[in-house]
Amino acid sequence: MDIINNLVKNLGDGIAAGIYGALGQGLAADILIMVIAAIAVFAVASGGFAGLTYAERKIVARIQDRVGPNQAGPYGILQPIADAVKLFTKEDTTPAEADFWVYNLAPIIVAVFATLTFTVVPFAPGVVGTNLNIGAFYIIAIGSASTIAILMAGWGSNNKYSLLGAFRTVAQLVGYEVPMLLNMLPVIMLTGSMSLVDIIERQAGWNGSWGLPFIVILPLSGLAFLISGIAEAGRSPFDLLEAESEIVAGFHVEYSGMKFGLIMMGEYMNALGVAVMFSVLFLGGYAGPILPPYLWLVLKAFGVFLVLMWLRGTLPRVRIDQLLNMNWKFFVPLSVVNLILVMILGKVFVSDPALFKANGGILIQPLAQALIMGASSFVLLMIALAIVTRRVRKDRMAEARILLQRRETNQQIAASVH
Amino acid sequence: MRTDYAFIGVTLVVACALIGVVPILNYLIAPQTPNKSKRETYECGMETVGDTWVQFRAQYYLFALIFVLFDVGGVLLFPFAVAYNSVNLWGVIVVSLFVLTLLASLGYAIKKGALNWE
Repeated sequence: MDIINNLVKNLGDGIAAGIYGALGQGLAADILIMVIAAIAVFAVASGGFAGLTYAERKIVARIQDRVGPNQAGPYGILQPIADAVKLFTKEDTTPAEADFWVYNLAPIIVAVFATLTFTVVPFAPGVVGTNLNIGAFYIIAIGSASTIAILMAGWGSNNKYSLLGAFRTVAQLVGYEVPMLLNMLPVIMLTGSMSLVDIIERQAGWNGSWGLPFIVILPLSGLAFLISGIAEAGRSPFDLLEAESEIVAGFHVEYSGMKFGLIMMGEYMNALGVAVMFSVLFLGGYAGPILPPYLWLVLKAFGVFLVLMWLRGTLPRVRIDQLLNMNWKFFVPLSVVNLILVMILGKVFVSDPALFKANGGILIQPLAQALIMGASSFVLLMIALAIVTRRVRKDRMAEARILLQRRETNQQIAASVH
Repeated sequence: MRTDYAFIGVTLVVACALIGVVPILNYLIAPQTPNKSKRETYECGMETVGDTWVQFRAQYYLFALIFVLFDVGGVLLFPFAVAYNSVNLWGVIVVSLFVLTLLASLGYAIKKGALNWE
């Protein structure tokens, strides 16, 4: 059992020991180990990308009552390979007017920064690229780099649709970064550290051995983080940046061949990164009973990604004004109120005796603290939803009235013509 | 401590190498027969009218400005979140006031109609 649980860690340790044995302790050996680890991280990210393109097409096809890819191999399982071959042998046309460097660098930057997200993700105890003490903050910083790359792609193509897509992207990604950041803060506050390993350990040992994921303690933060994460990854229903039916394909309309493939890779890796981050921050990461830890992380991340696919298969795309209004007039104020609520509740109800001695408050059991926080967060969510439902319904009724009026006028005109 | 970041640097180099090679491979494998109409800007088959790189709507700047407000505020909140356990209730109230100031400025922007998309 122990062998299976520590399989990945022991494998890594074995390789490291082998390299130290061959080269001796020194800089060269350290760098070689890091290179191998970096290739492993890249393999995980790109393997996830290849698998997810297939899984997503198959599952979304099922949701929409289609068959999905079924020609390449049994059940179409070789579809990612077929796609790669097709993209590699496709002529790479560059528009004559494009800016050479900006146009060609953009897909590489998208894919590289999406890969870099996975360097701080803990896959199992002791299996982590690097346990940064600012892990959560690093994720936000790296995530915003893809905004620049998308703006580069849109601007460099010298295509009006691309540029329009890029502008929308900046307005959207930049906006949804704020609730993402604000909803990460409660998790960091309750942990007292930005390291992702510490965050997982905190959830695993919430009440002694009672593991309690943060989604139970902070349901509002979790939900808001997931939704803003979906928007941040530019996925449906927030895929305004590449709305096929409105602006052709948005910022990547001019890309073909493997450059298009790299942009797709970056997007899928970003979406996978959001799923992994959500499972680490709110679902307890690799912590879980019976199954080995790395399998737990994969299961949780895939479960979150399944929700993303489900949303993509069922929801229509939102309009840009709805999208921006929802962010600035709903998510950001709600996140701020939630942040203040968690801050004050965490000080009034204290579960740690040492902190109680230092700062005062009311000493209660950790489980009771979790229950109070979860319940109040849930109540706040319900109140906010009630308010927003009423507002949105009013707006929609007004819109419908205008449309009805317009139709009546049109009918009158049509009647007078006949 | 500093070696924590070395791994990110190594990954950056490795990823750049592995990904940078992909478009070059594509260039070598795929047929290259560019002609004038193939290299035209793809805008639904119509001939391109006017310049693309023009001044764009000022609306986007307003969103970016509000974003900067919250982003800088958020960066200041991260150290507080880490030090949360060593702060007492009074400290929390002070930080709440800071956050509410940010929220008030957002409310001002909304009231002024800066965030209305037209």
